[in-house]
Amino acid sequence: MKILVCVSKTPETTSKISFTDGGSEFDTNGVNFIMNPYDEWYALVRALELKEKAGGSVTILNVGPAANDAVIRKGLAIGADNAVRINAEPQSALFTAKEIANYAKSEGFDLVMFGKETIDYNGSEVGAMVAELLDMPYISFANHLEIDGNKATISRDIEGGTEVAEVETPFALSASKGLAEQRIPNMRGIMMAKRKPLTVVEPSGAEDLAVTVHFELPEEKSGVTLIEPENMEELVRLLHEEAKVI
Amino acid sequence: MHTPVQEKTAAAPQQAHKSVKTDQYQGHDYYLVDDLLEDDHKMARDAVRDWVKSEVSPIIEDYSDRGECPTHLFKGLAEIGAYGPSLPEKYGCGGMDEIAYGIIMQELERGDSGIRSMASVQGSLVMYPIYKFGSEEQRMKYLPKLASGEFIGCFGLTEPDHGSNPGGMVTNIKDDGDHVILNGAKMWITNSPVADIAVVWAKDETGRIRGVIVERDMEGFTTPKINGKLSLRASITGELVFEDVRVPKKNILPNIDGLKGPLMCLSKARYGIAWGAVGAALDCYDSALRYSLQREQFGKPIGGFQLTQKKLAEMITEITKAQLLSWRLGTLANKGNATSAQISMAKRNNVHMALEIAREARQIHGGMGITNEYPIMRHMMNLETVLTYEGTHDIHLLITGMDVTGLNAFK
Ligand SMILES: Cc1cc2nc3c(=O)[nH]c(=O)nc-3n(C[C@H](O)[C@H](O)[C@H](O)COP(=O)(O)OP(=O)(O)OC[C@H]3O[C@@H](n4cnc5c(N)ncnc54)[C@H](O)[C@@H]3O)c2cc1C
Repeated sequence: MKILVCVSKTPETTSKISFTDGGSEFDTNGVNFIMNPYDEWYALVRALELKEKAGGSVTILNVGPAANDAVIRKGLAIGADNAVRINAEPQSALFTAKEIANYAKSEGFDLVMFGKETIDYNGSEVGAMVAELLDMPYISFANHLEIDGNKATISRDIEGGTEVAEVETPFALSASKGLAEQRIPNMRGIMMAKRKPLTVVEPSGAEDLAVTVHFELPEEKSGVTLIEPENMEELVRLLHEEAKVI
Repeated sequence: MHTPVQEKTAAAPQQAHKSVKTDQYQGHDYYLVDDLLEDDHKMARDAVRDWVKSEVSPIIEDYSDRGECPTHLFKGLAEIGAYGPSLPEKYGCGGMDEIAYGIIMQELERGDSGIRSMASVQGSLVMYPIYKFGSEEQRMKYLPKLASGEFIGCFGLTEPDHGSNPGGMVTNIKDDGDHVILNGAKMWITNSPVADIAVVWAKDETGRIRGVIVERDMEGFTTPKINGKLSLRASITGELVFEDVRVPKKNILPNIDGLKGPLMCLSKARYGIAWGAVGAALDCYDSALRYSLQREQFGKPIGGFQLTQKKLAEMITEITKAQLLSWRLGTLANKGNATSAQISMAKRNNVHMALEIAREARQIHGGMGITNEYPIMRHMMNLETVLTYEGTHDIHLLITGMDVTGLNAFK
């Protein structure tokens, strides 16, 4: 089994979010980046489990600048065999998908895995686009995956339940919670990662069809006013005069 | 002689009570020391932090309360690679540098000094002497098993009557053909009741100190547990008692004699403690800072009062100084240039700093600070051991004093 896991870099959830250039650029200053948890904890770890059981290889791929190498090395430390970085600043989902597909089309992967979304932009687009470009079946939000020979059985999250699908390799999927459990890299893995191949590939020059014009932060939530239980009059006054609900 | 105090722990092993509180710890790096680290240092730090959050934080208050060692964590520490991370990969170790080793100790001690002790004894006091002074046969026999946690080791230097003055030890070996006969007793030995092997320092017939590997099943060797500890309660401590123990000569570490052997091991472990103490201090500061912003008195967060700010500002200043001291010591150690006196200075400064911070952080938490809802009292009690073991606070002062004056105040 030759598996490709596409991983992206996202800000840590505790990061302070702000924008520069009149709201068109995300301000990365002081932001700590991590591997997108859906890519790491679920897609990558399940890929490694499959490899450990049936043999094969796991490649991780990121479209991004050299600054992403630290995040990619973590994937190697967890156990991926090798890594590819397509040396371009990803702009839109379609651009990223075209670059991934262009690389993957001649590599003969049996399985291409994604996280169900990134925890920053939450687009859930790249996986489906890559599958389409590679002409592969695509199962989204997979929470369980078993492979027997070239036949895969996949459970996926649907509103209020689970759907079970069968598909043959090669195919693509996006991973949701439950597909696997987080693995913490160990010290030997971290040292081995330094020696594993990380190939940098120049982008094929895919066209971008959409550009981000502007970001806006949600309005700040107003503070909570606490009122002592004895002070019912004040509560009534506030509900009436400030909140205007009674 | 020591009289063990009976502990009020139930005889039957209990199911650990898991805390439902999430560990919200975040690192603090006021002087951007991170910029001085390599990517693999940061990855090691994040990995150990994740491990501590998932394996240590939920159970540590409970084990510490009951005075029980979470022995299942010996295996977990092996899995993340916390035993001898800077020893060569050939022996199943990490092959990392000294800064990585320090960072691992820092993150472990951020969780608990006892958990850090489990790892530093195994790595610096058991694996290191076998690697440094052992034969290739001894290395191959013990190191991979110690690295994988299949074997637990302990280090016997301190004796009931010889603590700060280990050179006065009375534990001894006598020649007996291809064996030596070991007699004596060691005291305050971390991990001893659960250890498979002990690296023991004993005097031969000429009075030279030799290192001997004693195995659990050797006749005449026992390891009674020391009870009644109010510090480092999640780490198990015991004695080593040798009554005519026949140890094969091939278990003697061939490449060292004299007090220098154990002292070199202690330098390794003290180096890790210098880093580790910063972890305990960071945890206290982190908790105090968060509490000071949430707890309101007189209509505003207590962090808004000048006296609280003075405490917090001094804490982060001292932590920052200690971080820089550790980092610089790490770069010296990487070049093999860190002197034992330099290590003494960092151990002494950083442990004392951490203890002071624990006390200040305790005050910021008010009454809550004395409960096990917060990690402060546990760290504070643990640090009383850390201040004393591996050379007491005052002994390290005398080492610095001797180093700068050239005059020996020990005699
Ligand atoms: C929980 C725990 C775990 C330990 N684990 C280990 C272990 O794994 N292996 C091991 O070998 N040991 C271990 N130790 C022992 C530890 O290293 C000793 O406790 C320490 O070296 C001090 O020795 P002591 O307790 O005998 O105190 P003492 O040496 O009796 O010291 C008592 C006091 O006298 C002071 N003092 C002594 N000499 C002088 C002097 N010349 N000038 C001024 N002041 C002086 C000391 O600073 C101290 O304040 C452990 C101790 C504890 C508490």
